[in-house]
Amino acid sequence: MSISTDQVEKIAALANLNLSEDEKSKFTVQLNTILEYVEKLNELDTEGVSPLSHPLDLKNVFRKDEVQPSLPVEKALENAPARSKNYFKVPRVIRK
Amino acid sequence: MTLREYVREIKRGKLSAAESLQSFQKKCDEYSHLNAFITLLNERAMQRAGWIDEEISRGADPGPLAGTIFAIKDNINIAGVRTSCASRILENFNSPFDATVIRKLTDAGAVFIGKTNMDEFAMGSSNENSYFGNVKNSVDESRVPGGSSGGSAVAVAAGMAQAALGSDTGGSIRQPAAFSGVVGLKPTYGRVSRFGLVAFASSLDQIGPLTGTVDDAALILGVISGHDERDSTSSREPVPDFHSFINRDIRGIRIGVNRAVLEKGIQPEIGDRLQKLTDYLQASGAEIVEISLEKTLEFGIAAYYIIATAEASSNLARFDGVRYGYRDDRQETLAGMYRSTRQNGFGEEVRRRIMLGTYVLSSGYYDAYYKKALQVRHLIKKEFDEAFGKVDTILTPTTPATAFAMGEKISDPLEMYLSDIFTVSANLAGICGINVPVGMDASGLPIGVQFMANAFEEGKLFRVADFVEKNFK
Repeated sequence: MSISTDQVEKIAALANLNLSEDEKSKFTVQLNTILEYVEKLNELDTEGVSPLSHPLDLKNVFRKDEVQPSLPVEKALENAPARSKNYFKVPRVIRK
Repeated sequence: MTLREYVREIKRGKLSAAESLQSFQKKCDEYSHLNAFITLLNERAMQRAGWIDEEISRGADPGPLAGTIFAIKDNINIAGVRTSCASRILENFNSPFDATVIRKLTDAGAVFIGKTNMDEFAMGSSNENSYFGNVKNSVDESRVPGGSSGGSAVAVAAGMAQAALGSDTGGSIRQPAAFSGVVGLKPTYGRVSRFGLVAFASSLDQIGPLTGTVDDAALILGVISGHDERDSTSSREPVPDFHSFINRDIRGIRIGVNRAVLEKGIQPEIGDRLQKLTDYLQASGAEIVEISLEKTLEFGIAAYYIIATAEASSNLARFDGVRYGYRDDRQETLAGMYRSTRQNGFGEEVRRRIMLGTYVLSSGYYDAYYKKALQVRHLIKKEFDEAFGKVDTILTPTTPATAFAMGEKISDPLEMYLSDIFTVSANLAGICGINVPVGMDASGLPIGVQFMANAFEEGKLFRVADFVEKNFK
C-alpha cells in the first residue's frame, strides 16, 4: 500500500491541519517510507491473535456519583484565548 | 553523595537546602547555553528551600526527599507554572493544578528548580524538535542529548539538579539517560500515576526518574509510586521497600541475553562492553540464559510507531485553540481557526506523527495497520512472558550507538525512529526497564545498557543495576 498526495490532503483535513504545498509533497514521501517499513508486520502470522490495546488487564472503575473538588470556573477559563462571561469564545459558527 | 546521604545531612542541619539550591542555580547559569531548561523557578524555588530549612530548624520532618533539588520535564504540570511541552501551542499555558507526582514529591520535601526542555510533546529521540531550541549534550556539545527527556538528562548529567523526572513512551527516559551517562528508569505501566502528565500515547506513557545513582532512582520511585484515583490506569499493586534491593549480591539471578542483539548493527564498542558485562555478571554468580527476542527486535519499532502515532493523533485533537493555548485569531470561521491554529501551533514532527496516526486509524486502513500492530503487540508481550518464565531480568544495550551528532538524523524520520529499537518494546509490553551507564566509547561518549524486568518487578532492576554500578569497571 502506498499513500498519494491526494490522500495526504484528505488525512490533513481529517486531522485539522493546513499543510503547505511543500509539506504535502514532503510528507507524502516520508509517510511512504515509514509505511513501507511497517509493512514488515505482514511477515508475522497474526491469525487468531487478539489485539492488545493496553498492557494492563483493566476493569472499568466506578465511583459513587458524588460531587468532588474540581477546577473552579475562573481557573478553567484562565488560559482561554478568548472568553465571554463564563464561556469560551470562538469565531461565529452560524451566520445571520 | 547519594540522595539518601544528602537528605540525612539536610535533616541533621549539616547542609542547608537554600545553600544547596544556590549552588545548583549557579550551575544552571554556568550551563545555560546547553538549553536544558525552558523555565527556571528561581524565587519560587528559593522560598521553598528556605521553608524546608525552617521546618528542619524547628524540628519538623519535611519528608524522605527533604531539600532535594529536582528538575521536572515540561510536560508535567506544576500549579502556577507554565507547562509548554516545548510547543508553541502551549507556549503560554499556565498550569491550574499539580500533577500527582508533583504533589507526592512536594509532600516528600523536594524543591523544583525548573522545567526542562524536551522534544515537542515528547516526540523525538534527539531533543531537536523543541520550539525552544535544541538541547546540547553536556559530554560533547556537538552531540544530541537524546530525547525526548533530553533536558532532564542534561540537567542531571551537568549537575544542574540532583534528580529529574522525565516521561518514557518508547525510550524517552532510558535513551537520553544512555546518551548523557546517567541512570534512567521507566517504571512498569501503572506503577506511577499519569495524572497531570500531558498525554502523548496513553497506553505507553509512564513517568520516571533520571538520577545520578541507581539508589536515587529507587528512593524516588518509592515516593512517586502507588494508586491514584485520578488515574484509573494506576495500579493497586503494593509498593515494596525498593531500598531493600540496594547493596545486594546477584548470586542466582537469571539474566536473559540474546546473541542476535550483537548482529543488529550496533556500534562495536557497545557490543564489546555488553560482552564484558555479561562475562562479569556470570563470574559474579548470575546465571546467563539465552532467550529469544526475535519479535521484539524485528517488529517492535513498526508496531510502536503505528500505535504511538494513532494514540497521539487522538490525544492531540484537544489542542484546537478553544480552551487554552495558542489560537490563530486571524481566521473568521471556526474550522479555519482550528486548522490554522494546529498548523502553526505544532512543529513539523508532531504534525507528521498526527498525520501518520490519523492515517492508520482511518476507514479502510484501520485493520491493515492499527489492528495488525495491536496483534503484533500481543505477540511481543507473549515473547516477554515466555522469557520471564526463564529469567529474572533481560540485558540489552539501551541504544545501538552512542550520542549522534546534531543534525545527523533530523531529515530522515525513519532513521531516527530506528534508534529506539531496544527501548520501545518495554512500553508495548508494559514492563519496566532501566539504563545504567557502563563506560565510554573511544570518543568519550557514555555507553548505557538496559535491564528489563517483568511488570512490577522494579526491585530486580535495582538489585542488578546497583550491583553493576558499584562493581563493574
